[in-house]
Amino acid sequence: MLVKQLSIFLENRSGRLEEITGILAENNVNIRALSLADTSDFGILRLIVDDPDKAEKVLKEKMITVSTNNVVAVVVPDKPGGLHSILVPLRDAGINIEYMYAFLAKHKDDAIIIFRFEDPESAIKVLEKANVTLISSQELLNM
Amino acid sequence: MIWNEAERLPRKELEKLQLERLKKIVEWVYNRVPFYRKKFDEAGVKPEDIKHLQDIQKLPFTTKDDLRDNYPFGMFAVDLEDVVRVHASSGTTGKPTVVGYTKNDIELWAEVMARTLAAAGVTKKDIVQNAYGYGLFTGGLGVHYGAEKLGATVVPMSGGNTQKQVMLMKDFGSTVLACTPSYSLNIYEVAKEMGVDIKELPLRVGVFGAEPWSENMRREIESKMGIDAIDIYGLSEIIGPGVASECIEAKEGLHVFENHFLVEIINPETGEVLPYGEKGELVFTTLTKEAFPLIRYRTRDISWLNPEPCKCGRTTVRMARVTGRTDDMLIIRGVNVFPSQIEHILLEYEGLSPHYLIIVDRKGALDTMEIQIEVTEEIFSDEIKKLEWLAKKIENDIKDLIGVSAEVKLVEPKTIERSMGKAKRVIDKRKI
Repeated sequence: MLVKQLSIFLENRSGRLEEITGILAENNVNIRALSLADTSDFGILRLIVDDPDKAEKVLKEKMITVSTNNVVAVVVPDKPGGLHSILVPLRDAGINIEYMYAFLAKHKDDAIIIFRFEDPESAIKVLEKANVTLISSQELLNM
Repeated sequence: MIWNEAERLPRKELEKLQLERLKKIVEWVYNRVPFYRKKFDEAGVKPEDIKHLQDIQKLPFTTKDDLRDNYPFGMFAVDLEDVVRVHASSGTTGKPTVVGYTKNDIELWAEVMARTLAAAGVTKKDIVQNAYGYGLFTGGLGVHYGAEKLGATVVPMSGGNTQKQVMLMKDFGSTVLACTPSYSLNIYEVAKEMGVDIKELPLRVGVFGAEPWSENMRREIESKMGIDAIDIYGLSEIIGPGVASECIEAKEGLHVFENHFLVEIINPETGEVLPYGEKGELVFTTLTKEAFPLIRYRTRDISWLNPEPCKCGRTTVRMARVTGRTDDMLIIRGVNVFPSQIEHILLEYEGLSPHYLIIVDRKGALDTMEIQIEVTEEIFSDEIKKLEWLAKKIENDIKDLIGVSAEVKLVEPKTIERSMGKAKRVIDKRKI
């Protein structure tokens, strides 16, 4: 149930993000979800794309610093308390979240939350036990 | 391998030879170069006052400024018609320094460069890819003549054109690469991009010089490229490359070719000669050069001398690798900092790129130092806190080991300019 995420190092300069989106567009890679974390000097762009292997390859060819990580995608009911109901079992199990970001699924009433855990395997076990719906890469791309 | 038996003369014999030659050269310059006659007269010293080697201390120093003042040919000791070649320093700060060679000088240069290459383990069976720049810079032609004298096969690539360097290295099976250490890493990176692993090629020795580099940089080059990286030393004023070289057997200090170049270490502030083992400025006297002899030339390079016998069999004194020049030295908030110290710290980190840039500025009354480091795949993390922790840790190391605060800035790969020759490590924006 792990989903492949691309992480890209970006200097905090104008035009840097545009260069990345340009490379992906040229190679017909579709971005499904993204999050940009930043400091005063640099940022890290995290992307879920339809073809992560191809995206990694074309970015590396352009000398972009990119790495892949495994994240967990969780379906959350798009209503008050939705996210909270997922965080409770994680807290109870002492699972630490490195970071997370959310997007809305098309044509559905659910939100998708991408979690980066230090220990994704244990997190998945806890979430499955709590009957949280996890989605695979394939499902994510088809949404 | 030892090229010339003169490299293992017993010290007594060597010193006797040096004294003989010193007497001759002092007389030679006194009679032929007005600059020296005037300086010696002012110091109240005559050629016949040189009776022992130590008497050299009676002679005044020669500095880079003296060479500039006598631009272009004022320091030549022979008529221009006997000069068969000139070279010149890059002259980044004003007029270049021009040096001249007679036919005999060119022959001497080839001889000391053959010694250099032989010390690096190069033989006539080797293919030497010479990526030092050809032209006014002495690196290219120096290595070229030395390698030919040795009987090796020379590929006169000169600097730059890096993809072609890789192609020929692969197609010709070059076994020796001669260039600056920073350029060797540039070639390595370009090879990698081209899908060529230099480790798999026949390349086995790097003959690296013309810029200061650290022991960690050597380790980095050796493990990445699978070669022996040898440090060589020289400067155009003295002859070019070929003044001193490490031996492949020990790689512990550079053997000075003392029967042609007399070496001293001085305190750069007082001019006082320092004993073996003490760190100071290197000073050379050429003992046998005709066209451009130099008496007690202050190199501004920092080193120290080790007289202990070496396991390679050479009896010549060894100078420690030059890790900085008095002119490279940055004074930041009153602390002396050499770029090579920073390099040494950076390369302690696994996966950190050897490309870095130090930017010095002044904000108000306070000097600031920023160190730009490229984020390689090895050190990249998708978590900000890990990258920030790395930058912080390097900042702490610099503070602990050098004693000044620096700000580490992480930049994207390939944003720091790659050198084809001497790497630019420092941008000093201070206006003082």
